[in-house]
Amino acid sequence: MAVVLVLVLIVVGSVLFHLLSPWWWTPIASNWDYIDNTIIISFWITGIVFAAVVLFMAYCVFRFRHREGNRAAYEPENKRLESWLMIVTAFGVTALLVPGLFVWSRFVTVPGDATAIEVVAQQWQWSFRLPGKDGKLGTSDTRDVTADNPLGVAPKDPNGQDDVLVQAADLHLPVGKPVKVLLRSIDVLHDFYIPEFRAKMDMIPGSVTYFWFTPTRTGTFQVLCAELCGQGHPLMHGVVVVDTEQDYLAWLGQQQTFAQLSAPQQSGSANQPPGKIIASNLGVAANSKLSRSAQ
Amino acid sequence: MSVILVFLLVIAGFAGWWLSHQRLTAKPWLEQGLAGDFVGFDRSALPTAKIGLGVFLAVVGCLFSLFTSAYFMRMGLPDWQPLPLPRLLWLNTGMLVLSSVALQCAVVAARKGQIDNVRLGLATAGFTTLAFLVGQLMAWRQLTGDGYLLASNPANSFFYLITGMHGLHILGGLVGLGRTSVGAWNGARPERLRLSVELCAMYWHFLLFVWLCIFALLAGWAATFIDICQRLLT
Amino acid sequence: MVDVTPADAVPPAEVGEVELYHPHSWWTKYVFSQDAKVIAVQYSATATAIGLVALVLSWLMRLQLGFPGTFDFITPEAYYQFITMHGMIMVIYLLTALFLGGFGNYLIPLMVGARDMVFPYVNMLSYWIYLLAVLVLVSSFFAPGGPTGAGWTLYPPQAIMSGTPGGQDWGIILMLSSLILFIVGFTMGGLNYVVTVLQGRTRGMTLMRLPLTVWGIFTATVMALLAFPALFVACVMMLLDRVLGTSFFMPAIVEMGEQLQHNGGSPILFQHLFWFFGHPEVYIVALPAFGIVSDLISTHARKNIFGYRMMVWAIIAIGALSFVVWAHHMYVSGMNPYFGFFFATTTLIIAVPTAIKVYNWVLTLWRGDIHLTIPMLFALAFIVTFVNGGLTGLFLGNVVVDVPLSDTMFVVAHFHMVMGVAPILVIFGAIYHWYPKVTGRMLDETLGRFHFWVTFVGAYLIFFPMHYLGLMGVPRRYAELTDMTIMTESARHLNSFISIMAFIVGFAQMVFLFNLIWSIRHGREAGGNPWRATTLEWQTPQTPPEHGNFGKELPIVYRWAYDYSVPGAKEDFIPQNVPGDFAPSREPA
Ligand code: HEM
Ligand SMILES: [Cu+2]
Ligand SMILES: [Cu+2]
Repeated sequence: MAVVLVLVLIVVGSVLFHLLSPWWWTPIASNWDYIDNTIIISFWITGIVFAAVVLFMAYCVFRFRHREGNRAAYEPENKRLESWLMIVTAFGVTALLVPGLFVWSRFVTVPGDATAIEVVAQQWQWSFRLPGKDGKLGTSDTRDVTADNPLGVAPKDPNGQDDVLVQAADLHLPVGKPVKVLLRSIDVLHDFYIPEFRAKMDMIPGSVTYFWFTPTRTGTFQVLCAELCGQGHPLMHGVVVVDTEQDYLAWLGQQQTFAQLSAPQQSGSANQPPGKIIASNLGVAANSKLSRSAQ
Repeated sequence: MSVILVFLLVIAGFAGWWLSHQRLTAKPWLEQGLAGDFVGFDRSALPTAKIGLGVFLAVVGCLFSLFTSAYFMRMGLPDWQPLPLPRLLWLNTGMLVLSSVALQCAVVAARKGQIDNVRLGLATAGFTTLAFLVGQLMAWRQLTGDGYLLASNPANSFFYLITGMHGLHILGGLVGLGRTSVGAWNGARPERLRLSVELCAMYWHFLLFVWLCIFALLAGWAATFIDICQRLLT
Repeated sequence: MVDVTPADAVPPAEVGEVELYHPHSWWTKYVFSQDAKVIAVQYSATATAIGLVALVLSWLMRLQLGFPGTFDFITPEAYYQFITMHGMIMVIYLLTALFLGGFGNYLIPLMVGARDMVFPYVNMLSYWIYLLAVLVLVSSFFAPGGPTGAGWTLYPPQAIMSGTPGGQDWGIILMLSSLILFIVGFTMGGLNYVVTVLQGRTRGMTLMRLPLTVWGIFTATVMALLAFPALFVACVMMLLDRVLGTSFFMPAIVEMGEQLQHNGGSPILFQHLFWFFGHPEVYIVALPAFGIVSDLISTHARKNIFGYRMMVWAIIAIGALSFVVWAHHMYVSGMNPYFGFFFATTTLIIAVPTAIKVYNWVLTLWRGDIHLTIPMLFALAFIVTFVNGGLTGLFLGNVVVDVPLSDTMFVVAHFHMVMGVAPILVIFGAIYHWYPKVTGRMLDETLGRFHFWVTFVGAYLIFFPMHYLGLMGVPRRYAELTDMTIMTESARHLNSFISIMAFIVGFAQMVFLFNLIWSIRHGREAGGNPWRATTLEWQTPQTPPEHGNFGKELPIVYRWAYDYSVPGAKEDFIPQNVPGDFAPSREPA
């Protein structure tokens, strides 16, 4: 009999937990509230099924538990009932799938006016590249990566010269403008994930992946890496700041282009190439963090 | 992954055909007694060992289909540079065909009870198979000599990997062939000998088939063939 | 009513007296035994032992997650090594080995009425190779650099690079070698299970008279034979990449500022191969559980399984469909996004036959005579956790919902519920059910109930709240959750709570182990058929069954496996080998 009680408690408890617990998704900051809505639909449908099955089971155990002299009924099958259940299930599954596929088709169709920006991952930091005045990103290749060109932008490509590089620093985005995020990695798999934006996608060395979204409110959001990429994986945080148009332009004005960044080293200046400083600093930062937690 | 899916479809076809003879729509609660103990509804009349080998060959087929799938997938990338196949492979193919034929002769002889011919067939098969393996090794040496090293390019890696895997399976078969031969010379029971010779033949035919597919794949004909089919379809 | 006498019956392909290898010494009887029952026990004991290692590893991980910063020896490296070994051991070396090698070996020959597996020698080899695989795996704990920390998915390039523990040391090499051995060993065993079901069935045992346990294990084995080659291929290719410097999966890479030699490989190719194995693998552990739980419910509710034919068809349908859904693990892997439409559809279609099975289990309870024995309790708990995990699977299979949830704790909670907790509960139920046959004695009831309640309620409390952490966005495989803006104070408390529950559940398993060992000597005598069950394994002349299983004569099967509470019959069960007609001559309304 305890089991009947526990089964009922599990249903009631799970529903209450769902409704009352403080653990829920973060306030959304992108256009993907479609996804949230699909999740809500899923919660409704699956919640009802879960409660129905478990409560029915509890009732059966209560009603048909063994007592002296009981004997089970004999019923090998019931075609009608089974067909009905199958139809109802198929219907429920369709109700989940159709909105899901509908939203997915939006997810994979990038709007024409989306600005392409590039996120480059490496163990264990994020860098970004924005198109310059020409509005185009230059090509890139992992084989072009050197200490002075840590993102591997093709040095010969004229489109790439005015690209704005944000190396191991915060990325800013203007609010309300759709962005197509091109994702690239120069070492292992990573995954660019910002919980508030809902979207994520793996980055694969050797190819460029993408997703798109429109930031819908200003604020500072944390980037998390969501694909195991070695021992620094849990520390691979980054920051994306969504600005008003004005603030964004102000920030953009302070950034350096690829040409500017590679200039000092081409003229043979004694200065250390900036890329190297950043890379090695970060390496140290990540490593010291790791060893700190190791102590 | 299309090759493996096609392969699994074939397996599913077999399974479906077999299941369709098993009265899966019967209502077992209505049938008492020895119902179903007719030929065909029950176990197969084939020797169990043959069925076992058949299942094993399905697994081997699956393995090579997967290699093929991986090969095609990698081949689809733009920087694919296939390596030239050594002429020697033709000779090796001939050797493998010979060994298959020899084993088939041994099967026929075993069915007729001609033990001398069985021995002859087994010996021929053994030698031609060894020749095949040696030939494959020479082909490898020739390629490495020409600078097509294992690690220098994915096409090379696939070549060595797939031919190597096939060679290993042949090597495993040779163990079985060896045991059969020992039986043939030491006077094993005729029906036992017949079964083992048949098993060897089955395995050899299958590996010959696999080799022909691999050969077509590595030579690039398989890709051309699929290309033509696709064009015909569209 | 079909009642026929054999016209042209094929003689049973039993393992004949000549081939049945009779043990001559203690060594051949208990160690190098060719008796499937001994091999089953060997498989089970080895799987349990290595499973305990995985359990301890899960404690260590929960220590770190629940009480971050308290345990200094759990570095990120160590955490990733634990997570990898935990996942791999649980999925492959525990669940697969226990269901197929353990239950398959013990139950198939007994349930189909065979003297032994059809190739006993190969069957023995299978176990020893499995043991070798386990030893190689364990040896990586002691290798320089420790075991691999690549995650159980072993995704390259990371798995064989120096940023990952064991990537440039022995860890990954030993892991891949161990997997290759496992697959070779499994294939030997798998051939036996399949061919024994095909050829070893006794007279009258048609396919539709097989207990669902056999159907489940049989289908799972067929799937495993076809799916494991994909893992084999992936392992061999990765081993070559690691050892000989080929580039199957390795594109051009800059590691820590240095250009590596590799060029032109495709990391996605590995993922396709891995999941081509990995998804069927989920059903390889689920289908035997489905089968076993059907038999537990039917036996302990004294009622025939509802919709037997539908259950069989559903098993076959699930088995076939599960080969065309693999890429639902790769929705956000960067593969062609249009694949998402196809794979989401196939994935949700699988939900239909799976749901049918659930309905039929609960409908078997309806108007049953439910004995709340421990196996029955575990079966009920299985339904709860399986339904819960199956339903969250609908979230993750529905491609766009997977986008925010993939690689978060939601996924961890989902797969633990559906392929961790649910099958393990069935394993426990099955052990309580068949232990009397294996040892001749019952497991202790009080300890058993304690074990049940703590395990079921505890596991639910571990994994149900965990979904909500995932919903918040907490990623999986995070050795520390420091400096994260989404981690609230209350979420940290929740993590501590989960960890404490994990320890309590783990403790209950020690009680279970004690029960297992203690009851061998001190348990209540069971008799041959304590549950009054119909299937053949309960009809053996001796308990535990001896070598050859059925004494002089093989049983002949006259009826299906579910003649419980047949109207008109005196007892509420009629064993499969009892002739005569007790069934109503028409279908009841
Ligand atoms: C009470 C028992 C268990 C506990 C407390 C537990 C705990 C954990 C924890 C803490 C993780 C790491 C989560 C993360 O940080 O991403 C994990 C991962 C995992 N567990 Fe369990 N686990 C248990 C039982 C099982 C069982 C029975 C299975 C069998 C299927 C299993 C399979 C896995 C797998 C496959 C992973 C993923 C490993 C990876 O990400 O590479 N676990 N488990
Ligand atoms: Cu990462
Ligand atoms: Cu899956």
